[in-house]
Amino acid sequence: MSGYTEGIIILLCINAIAAMGVSVLTGFTGIFSLGHAGYMAVGAYTTAILTVEYGVHYIPAILLGGAMAMVIAYVIGVPTLKLMGDYYAIASIGLGEAIRLILENWQSVTRGARGYPGIEGYTTLYVSLAFFAVMAFGMFNLINSRFGRAFKACRDDYIAASLLGFNTARYRILSLVISAFYCGVAGALLGGFLSFIQPIMFDMIKSTELTSVVVFGGLGSMSGTLLGASIITLVTELFRPISQYRMLIYGAILVLIMVIRPEGIMGQYELGPRLFRRLKDKFSFRNRDNSEGRSS
Amino acid sequence: MAAIPQDMILELESINKFFGGVHAVRDMSFSIQKGELAGLIGPNGAGKTTIFNLVTGVYSPDSGHITFLGEEITSLKSYQVIRKGVARTFQNLRLFQRSSALENVMVAMQQHHQYSFLEGLSHLGRWSSMEREIKQRSLDILDRVGLIERAHQAAGTLPYGMQRRLEIGRALALEPEFLLLDEPAAGMNPEEVFELNHLIQGIHRDFMLTILVIEHHMDVIMQICPHIICMNFGAKIAEGDPDDIQVHPEVLKAYLGEEVEE
Repeated sequence: MSGYTEGIIILLCINAIAAMGVSVLTGFTGIFSLGHAGYMAVGAYTTAILTVEYGVHYIPAILLGGAMAMVIAYVIGVPTLKLMGDYYAIASIGLGEAIRLILENWQSVTRGARGYPGIEGYTTLYVSLAFFAVMAFGMFNLINSRFGRAFKACRDDYIAASLLGFNTARYRILSLVISAFYCGVAGALLGGFLSFIQPIMFDMIKSTELTSVVVFGGLGSMSGTLLGASIITLVTELFRPISQYRMLIYGAILVLIMVIRPEGIMGQYELGPRLFRRLKDKFSFRNRDNSEGRSS
Repeated sequence: MAAIPQDMILELESINKFFGGVHAVRDMSFSIQKGELAGLIGPNGAGKTTIFNLVTGVYSPDSGHITFLGEEITSLKSYQVIRKGVARTFQNLRLFQRSSALENVMVAMQQHHQYSFLEGLSHLGRWSSMEREIKQRSLDILDRVGLIERAHQAAGTLPYGMQRRLEIGRALALEPEFLLLDEPAAGMNPEEVFELNHLIQGIHRDFMLTILVIEHHMDVIMQICPHIICMNFGAKIAEGDPDDIQVHPEVLKAYLGEEVEE
């Protein structure tokens, strides 16, 4: 496999991990965030500093990067998640930018805006695939458990959810913390892939991209998120030769999807037997209509 | 104050609630015995749903005390009240529209089958046995409310009467001791109302539940509730059995208006 193909696969894995993180928060819990690149930055810098300054092995360092993102998400989330709907989205812009500016100005630790060089290239093809496989397994399991149902209940109607005995504030925080862990790990892997990180890589454009990938794939569909992340990553890579038009094409695709299919590629459905059953129902709709007509 | 008898399930003591300048609930006191099927009636805007919201922690009263099974629940949050064994339905249905009927019931049923986060993440340990049980018992509930054939249909696409029954099923899945039904017959035709009365009486008997029903259709309440509380303008105006209520002058005044002397 050529280095270039390998690079694309590694990027796919990294973007997919980050997108899964945003998906559980935005798609499943209904909390829009425009600051999640901040958590990627926290993961990337924590892991870089641990491996370079303290010689920690990269696997625990990546996990600690994710854990650091969780801690920060928790501290930020407890007061801000009291905001509902659009208000949290606005607050999250500020949070993401604040994290980036702190990294940019905390010269003694992060080396500031010039970036952090000399990170060991630990993100090989196998490392990224292994992280992706384990984290995707966990995420799909989670949304198919009582936690996934609880998140969706908080998303669809938080009053009904709390009157079914859910502590909705706790589930919102849980969802944010999980999503920060995924983004933190993705950031850490990105650092190991590029061997160099800079605060500007984790700006609002990156945050917006993460959220648009999730909306693009379908809110409330994890396989849609993976599909969306793959398409966006590939489009960005395939059109690299005509790089000046890349953002134009990227924008056009987003607009097209939102016009043709506003609920995203997958809607809220997962790739699997249920979608198949639904499609079958749809295509045999005429027959079912007739039989119902006769029986009544 | 005298000790609360053991068989008292809910007691409201001089509850007041203001919304700005509106005195929505005035000095409301009543109590419900364990095992009762009681009715709360009154004209539109009398404050019936506000009472439900006060009991289930959606609002907290400005003064007064609410006691459930001898325990003070006045300032508890909704989810804490629910966990003590209260369940309710809503006047304007609050189903999870996009989820299937089965999922709607499962999300309530899971409250009594809680496996750990790690088990949810890995699908190891108790995950499979508990999920199987949640699903099976939810299907049993759907069967009880007559929706088993619609289990996989999205809740929002069910006919209205079925959505009402699904909400009752979802509340039952919480395995409550006390069930609050907020206008379960709203928007139903007479045939559906008949079936609904049958269902409410059935679950009252089979699940040994205490039930408090809000209705402003007098005929529903009169048929199924031996104990009726009538309110108007936020205050209790009468309490008693159907025969008393039907001839109570205050009730007639609230529903039919006052005779004007000429």
